Amino acid sequence: MSLDAYVPLLGARELDELRALAAQLSGRTVQMVNSTAMGGGVAEILNRLIPLIQELGLRPRWDVITGGEDFFEVTKAFHNALHGGPYQARKENFDLFLATNEMNRQRLQFDCEFTVIHDPQPVALIEARSRQEGHWIWRCHIDLSNPNPEVWGFLRPFVYRYDGALFSSPEFARQLPIPQYLSFPCIDPLSEKNVDLDPASVQEVVERFGIDPARPIITQISRFDRLKDPIGVVRAYQIVRRYMDCQLVLAGGSATDDPEGEIVLEEVRREAKDDPDIHLLNLPPWSATEINALQRASTVIVQKSLREGFGLTVTEALWKKKPVVASAVGGIPAQVIHKHTGLLVHSVEGTAYQIRFLLSNPALALKLGEQGHEHVRENFLITTNVKRYLTIFLHSLQRS
Amino acid sequence: MKKPEHPFRFATVSYLTRIGNQSATTIGELRDGLEKCSDASIFYHTFQSLGRYHFLTEGFSNEFAQWVLAGLNCPALAEQLAAPDIRGYLTLSDMRTDLLSITDEYCRSHPEDVHRLAFEPFYFLESIEVTIPHLGEAWTLEEFRHWLERLSNGSFHYHFLVSRLRLGLRTNDFSLWFENELGLQRLAQLTNRIDVYTNTLESTRAKLYTFIDRELAA
Repeated sequence: MSLDAYVPLLGARELDELRALAAQLSGRTVQMVNSTAMGGGVAEILNRLIPLIQELGLRPRWDVITGGEDFFEVTKAFHNALHGGPYQARKENFDLFLATNEMNRQRLQFDCEFTVIHDPQPVALIEARSRQEGHWIWRCHIDLSNPNPEVWGFLRPFVYRYDGALFSSPEFARQLPIPQYLSFPCIDPLSEKNVDLDPASVQEVVERFGIDPARPIITQISRFDRLKDPIGVVRAYQIVRRYMDCQLVLAGGSATDDPEGEIVLEEVRREAKDDPDIHLLNLPPWSATEINALQRASTVIVQKSLREGFGLTVTEALWKKKPVVASAVGGIPAQVIHKHTGLLVHSVEGTAYQIRFLLSNPALALKLGEQGHEHVRENFLITTNVKRYLTIFLHSLQRS
Repeated sequence: MKKPEHPFRFATVSYLTRIGNQSATTIGELRDGLEKCSDASIFYHTFQSLGRYHFLTEGFSNEFAQWVLAGLNCPALAEQLAAPDIRGYLTLSDMRTDLLSITDEYCRSHPEDVHRLAFEPFYFLESIEVTIPHLGEAWTLEEFRHWLERLSNGSFHYHFLVSRLRLGLRTNDFSLWFENELGLQRLAQLTNRIDVYTNTLESTRAKLYTFIDRELAA
């Protein structure tokens, strides 16, 4: 997909500006390093980002570190510990982490002017930096607000040696002696999950799931996970139903490989009490078009999370011009500007009230959706992400 | 219309957002933050936020006011913090003084609210400006009109609003050029009077097209 494909969505002016920024960096080399080529949000973003940066005249390269299963078990445990989970520190795990990073340091080439290392797995590759050459940036996609002190204490000295760090939310950042910058995650408006769909395709999907397209649809798209509070959503819907007719759709990823997901789904089923207007959809991972259609068919989209990373399902809903009712947690307040691009809530009762308010005020719902769409266009698209990288590269050059 | 001695030079700007170490969870902490934060932070939450949320036309003025309303549910203070018009300020220091004095006064008259916890914290962020000069230049009003259509919102915001701080004058880059280089005082005044709080950047630009087209047709 070339940059020109984005012109109908963004306008030629914004893309011209991107080209003007990139012209200052023409021919400069960029290396992105992460831990997986497929699967996961980072790989998804890099898959789109690299061709766009290349089209803009820079010379990007994407390297993926390798390691044994034991290394990735260690980094998964680190990941959970950095999110605040418990961790039993063992020297051999730290040694394995360092040995795998060292093996990758020797295997990969580090000769670019800008090196962006994604997430903790390859963080120790900073050892490859010779003297103070090049600009090294650490892009942390995870929430570091409450990390396990032992794991963070082990990783921190590597982070200190970078020129800067990028975080998805100010809430996720740590106090560091290096500059920290904000870089929101993004969606691709041309991806299967976000590309425009014709009304017939939307209707076909909705009817396939037994949902009545003629009646209001309230939707939450999320894994069946307690932190997404699906039971809270059912309770909010039950309050709304006392006042007005509507249906509830809770659609999430497959729970077959997630024992807790199945337990949560069962709890939600019990709470739903065989209500025929509650649709619990346990979708397989290849359901991007279905999710796209369900979001587009919805009257109101809810994200009643108790904790949240950035909440890209909110971004997707806003892009589709949907009125959103969402909890004020994680990255959601950056997206939902209360009463401007959606409504923020803090309780089941608040969620129910705001859903009723939107169902009763369709003109306002429409306006919130329109403004939400503009907010995403301005701040949370893949092209904005490209612009942020170009800006940080230019800023790094100016600083040096 | 006189022949200009200097062309209008179009530039653009891109902003990085730097995460600072300050945050606030109460009005008292907001007050302390306003006193201690950098000018780049005042800029981020006032001048720049107006550009970031250029599509909002009702009830949004700056992020301090928005947080006080949505995070603290304190509409009286939010209204007061929303009142300062960025076009009235030539320095960020003056803007800080006014925001601080409003918050101070509120804390004095509502001591019971000073330590009330917000639903979510406010993070003081900073703007880092990366300017790309010389996108192009215009020697005539026709050329200017042509370039204006091609300007990104970021560039338009830079010339129309941020220029006040750079120039230290109660005007903008466009009006200054119309008046000083083309001798078009009325066009300069009309342009400077466009209300950015009740217009989006897009509708502000549309108004400017109308004024220029009228001038060209005269």
